[in-house]
Amino acid sequence: MSVIYVLLAISITVAIVFFVAFILSVKSGQYDDMYTPSVRMLFEDELVKKSTNKNNQEQVITKDKQS
Amino acid sequence: MQQTCFHCGSDCGKSPIVFDDKNFCCHGCQTVYEIFSTNNLSCYYDLQSAPGAIPQEIEGKYDYLDNLDIIEKLVEFNDGSIQVVNLYIPHMHCSSCIWILENLHQLQPEIKSSQVNFPKKTVRITFKTENFNLKEVVKLLSTIGYAPYISLNDYTEGKKQVDRSLIYKLGVAGFAFGNVMFLSFPEYFEVSEYWLDQYKYLFRGLMFAFSLPVVFYAAQEYFVSAYKGLRSNILNIDVPIALGILVLFIRSTAEVFTDSGTGFFDSLTGLVFFLLLGKFFQQKTYSFLSFERDYKSYFPIAVTKITKKNESVIEENIQIYEVKKGDRLLIRNNELLPVDSILISGKGQIDYSFVTGESEPVDKVSGDKLFAGGKQLFGAIEVEAIKSVEQSYLTQLWSNDVFAKDKEHGFIGIINSISKYFTWAVLSIAVIATSYWLVVDSSLAINVLTSVLIIACPCALALSTPFALGNMLRIFGRQKFYLKNANIIEKLASVDTLIFDKTGTITTNKKSTIAYEGLSLSEDEEALLKNTLRSSNHPLSRALYNFLAEQDIQTLDDFEEVTGKGMHAKKADNSIEVGSAKFVGNDTETDTLATTVHIKTNDIYKGKYIFHNQYREGVKELFQQLKKDFHLIILSGDNHGEKKFLQQLLPQRTDMLFHQKPEDKLNYIKTLQKEGRNVMMVGDGLNDAGALAQSNVGISIAENVNVFSPACDAILEASQFQKIAAFIKAAKKTVSIIKWSITLSFIYNVIGLYFAVTGQLSPIIAAILMPLSSITVLIFVTVLTNLKGEKLFKNSRNEARA
Repeated sequence: MSVIYVLLAISITVAIVFFVAFILSVKSGQYDDMYTPSVRMLFEDELVKKSTNKNNQEQVITKDKQS
Repeated sequence: MQQTCFHCGSDCGKSPIVFDDKNFCCHGCQTVYEIFSTNNLSCYYDLQSAPGAIPQEIEGKYDYLDNLDIIEKLVEFNDGSIQVVNLYIPHMHCSSCIWILENLHQLQPEIKSSQVNFPKKTVRITFKTENFNLKEVVKLLSTIGYAPYISLNDYTEGKKQVDRSLIYKLGVAGFAFGNVMFLSFPEYFEVSEYWLDQYKYLFRGLMFAFSLPVVFYAAQEYFVSAYKGLRSNILNIDVPIALGILVLFIRSTAEVFTDSGTGFFDSLTGLVFFLLLGKFFQQKTYSFLSFERDYKSYFPIAVTKITKKNESVIEENIQIYEVKKGDRLLIRNNELLPVDSILISGKGQIDYSFVTGESEPVDKVSGDKLFAGGKQLFGAIEVEAIKSVEQSYLTQLWSNDVFAKDKEHGFIGIINSISKYFTWAVLSIAVIATSYWLVVDSSLAINVLTSVLIIACPCALALSTPFALGNMLRIFGRQKFYLKNANIIEKLASVDTLIFDKTGTITTNKKSTIAYEGLSLSEDEEALLKNTLRSSNHPLSRALYNFLAEQDIQTLDDFEEVTGKGMHAKKADNSIEVGSAKFVGNDTETDTLATTVHIKTNDIYKGKYIFHNQYREGVKELFQQLKKDFHLIILSGDNHGEKKFLQQLLPQRTDMLFHQKPEDKLNYIKTLQKEGRNVMMVGDGLNDAGALAQSNVGISIAENVNVFSPACDAILEASQFQKIAAFIKAAKKTVSIIKWSITLSFIYNVIGLYFAVTGQLSPIIAAILMPLSSITVLIFVTVLTNLKGEKLFKNSRNEARA
């Protein structure tokens, strides 16, 4: 049963690693703006499409029009 | 069919500009479309239909950004070749806005990157300063309809540090809570098992270690608040909480080190975690709104100073704090007067609606005194400053102590008023139970004393208020009623006197209704009138022009405008005179208070157009709903020209006071408060700022919540005005829900006290009872506030429709 020392040590180390990661991410301001990134990530492929279809400006890109 | 602008969505009128098969309401919108489509950014219109805004005139508006001192204070980072600036963009409202603002680099290669923070409505732009500068950035944003809002507030305040300590504390408490639960779980069931006995010292030691940061870091503010309360002789709710936490910790530590039990570390960490969660939930802030604005954010950053040197005129931009007595200033069209001054040259037409509440612009001629805060509406004027900014008539209002006072101070909420009795009750139960056990079985006395203090720790009690208020705050937010903090709801529930400002609050500041009185005009005369008005820039002329039916455009044979009086025009055989009563020679006019435009054609007096304020939709209904429960007062800075009309419109018992200066309003509210009234003030302009600060609840009405509203407790979007009654009702309901939840948590406390007093409180009972009571109370208030909110606002929506 002395394996429990190892297990405890591992579990607490893992917990502390995640805890530190959480604190660091808060500190870096990751949680200050919880909305914009959710919208921004939807834009990515649009930009690519734009640069390849430069001459077809009028081409309607069908996609979710909800904001 | 009505055609709407492809860019901004507003009505195009009868003759839209057609470009690229699309309709536009104006050339401004068309230009923006052209810019976007030539830069491969027309995707802007796919994300959201008609997302844009009509670009504003920018000529000369941002010249102050040439001033290096100002730039230095506005930019966040500057290493000579690269600058970073964070700009507030009020128009930002949809995903198209985010998209276009983050693709600015496609429009302007000097812009390296831009990042939007949507909740705050800001965009952080990084740009190269080579052949480029901040002024160009701002100009670019303005030309595409995203004019940034730069105010003196940003300028003097500097960069604010975000306070994230609550999240850290919540993180610490949550982390410790999870681990302690996991370590204490085995002992809940098998206390005397062989392996458990073997390792329990390790488990308990670890739990103790985890609880340390919770007690000494996460729960810190409860100790601080309790200490502060005790020092000022107030038994606030944090006193029993702090006591509970302390006793939990001391007893658990003692148990662990004397090997007499496992302690209550699970309950301890859970308690702190839940309490902080409540705090976090209550802390909803509307980061794109500011409730602390004073005149500084209303004023421009800089003005144009004119210096004459050897015949040549030098115009330079100076910061408005540098304006000294005697300086000559150039005020352009639609600019604000930053200081009290004397008009030197140009036609002054000053709109004081924001400062005094007067609804019509005033004409001023050379030599007249002008007050700070007025807005010049017609062309550029030259003025001479007679005071500095801080000493001006308007800004002096802010030296009143009411602005230095912290409104939160001295406010005792429902929970804190109960906690006094609660704390005494708990302490006396603890004393009685302990003395009983001292007699019966003294070995249990300490156990009972600590148990009582632990179980009576008002966790559920302390959680009910933040969750009820926090939830209602969010419901209000969805109804476009933005509160500064959750306590406002409690204050709102206790008001008994409602004061309304007139101009801009119960009236809209955009439209006015116009009525004609007198002999009817022939068709020719009406056409002539319309064409005469077309040539004038006076606001009344513009309003009347828009009011009259469409006529063919004719060229007048003769036209002359006499500033501040009126104009006369001729067409073929007809002549017309339009203007004030005196101007058209009508001496019989007695009612000088109403705003009127008189008409005289071919030397015969015809009649007058009377301008009435346009009252907001639902004003009458709202006052009818409110008159039963509240004392209603109208406090206006305007003249009493509308008094008769208001008396018809509003319930009979409504008091009306006119000609109220900003200080008068403030003092009036002070007198009411001395009589013991709880006053709610609803206002809009800078002239109400003092009254809003003095009142128990100050609500500012805003046509556009992003633009400007004076310091207040809450901002209400003008379109929701008729819901005020529903909001007050909802606040009252919230308070009664809190009262019910308090009863509920008392029941839990009584059950817990039974175990404590009889000396049977084991860690497992505490571990079950504490979270159970907290969670049921939580669910109770959340569900009830949601139901009430839904019901009330659905009703008010139906009423508004009916």
